[in-house]
Amino acid sequence: MAETGLTNPGQSPAQLDGWRGIATDWASDQRAFKNVSWGKAMMWIFLLSDTFIFSCFLLSYMTARMSTTVPWPNPSEVFALNIAGNHIPLILIAIMTFVLISSSGTMAMAVNFGYRRDRFRTAALMLVTAAFGATFVGMQAFEWTKLIMEGVRPWGNPWGAPQFGASFFMITGFHGTHVTIGVIFLIAIARKVLRGDFDVERRGFFTSRKGYYEIVEITGLYWHFVDLVWVFIFAFFYLW
Amino acid sequence: MTNAAVHMEGQLHAPVHGAVATAAVHTKGQQHPIKLYLVVWGWLFVLSTCSYLVDYFGLHGYLRWSLILLFMILKAGLIVAVFMHMAWERLALAYAILLPPIAVLVFVSIMVLESEYTHFLRVLFFASPS
Repeated sequence: MAETGLTNPGQSPAQLDGWRGIATDWASDQRAFKNVSWGKAMMWIFLLSDTFIFSCFLLSYMTARMSTTVPWPNPSEVFALNIAGNHIPLILIAIMTFVLISSSGTMAMAVNFGYRRDRFRTAALMLVTAAFGATFVGMQAFEWTKLIMEGVRPWGNPWGAPQFGASFFMITGFHGTHVTIGVIFLIAIARKVLRGDFDVERRGFFTSRKGYYEIVEITGLYWHFVDLVWVFIFAFFYLW
Repeated sequence: MTNAAVHMEGQLHAPVHGAVATAAVHTKGQQHPIKLYLVVWGWLFVLSTCSYLVDYFGLHGYLRWSLILLFMILKAGLIVAVFMHMAWERLALAYAILLPPIAVLVFVSIMVLESEYTHFLRVLFFASPS
């Protein structure tokens, strides 16, 4: 009974579109998000709050970089690697970007197979996504090690404005933490998918609620968000 | 009542019938052809390569910044619209999630003014300009 109002995608026979739809949805004295479950709506709202957190990081980085009178280190050079004798600018970051985008692609397909109730493909694609995520975190650990060995600290670095280190560790550190949490989240849900929890509607360990394949999409929302944040970090921190 | 709840949940997976079907197309879950995801995936690769090439060829100035922003916005748009299915959600959700970040742009403009002022003071009193 209690679950009825909360988890079903409630639908009134007539749902309007456009501006009238927004007005009636929000003014209905009921749930505003008509065909979105509470789990998905809450994930979206969490992601919105996370957007503000990362926005604040990028904003403080922008403020530090714009207001300093010392030249900012050139990220193109800082993140260059020597591969087989060739000096390639920013190559590590480019590979990390492609790894993360690939993981988004496999995640999108996992959601698709989840709704088709193909649990082996869903779980396999989620585990591939997690593997890409772990690869990303591994490359980030390599990048951090390299920079720390070269003398980058939150309070200074050999190449220019001291705020570079603080911005770098704060922004990429927070993003890396998000990726790590996402990998754990993915593995946990993939295990449930593989076990068939969502086919038999087995009740969850913590919540005692039945699980549905929609959780794959909710996990996917989080994962795509992590990729989305990287798009902005890549543009503003590494390329600018 | 409990049966009704089970029935409604079933619509997440089972085809919907009757009057409800026309009103709520996506209650059976976000179901789109795999090809769409592959195409978007391909575009994300192309756009990422483009933004990397901006750095590789060492473009600078307004051309560099506008290209970076262009590729960034296109990538973000593709991810949110297709991978996160925002294109198929009702506008009530889309606007609730997509409009608030505009406040960040106001914050950006405030901090641009603030940091230019700080930079001006630093040049005036402390250091040689960069």
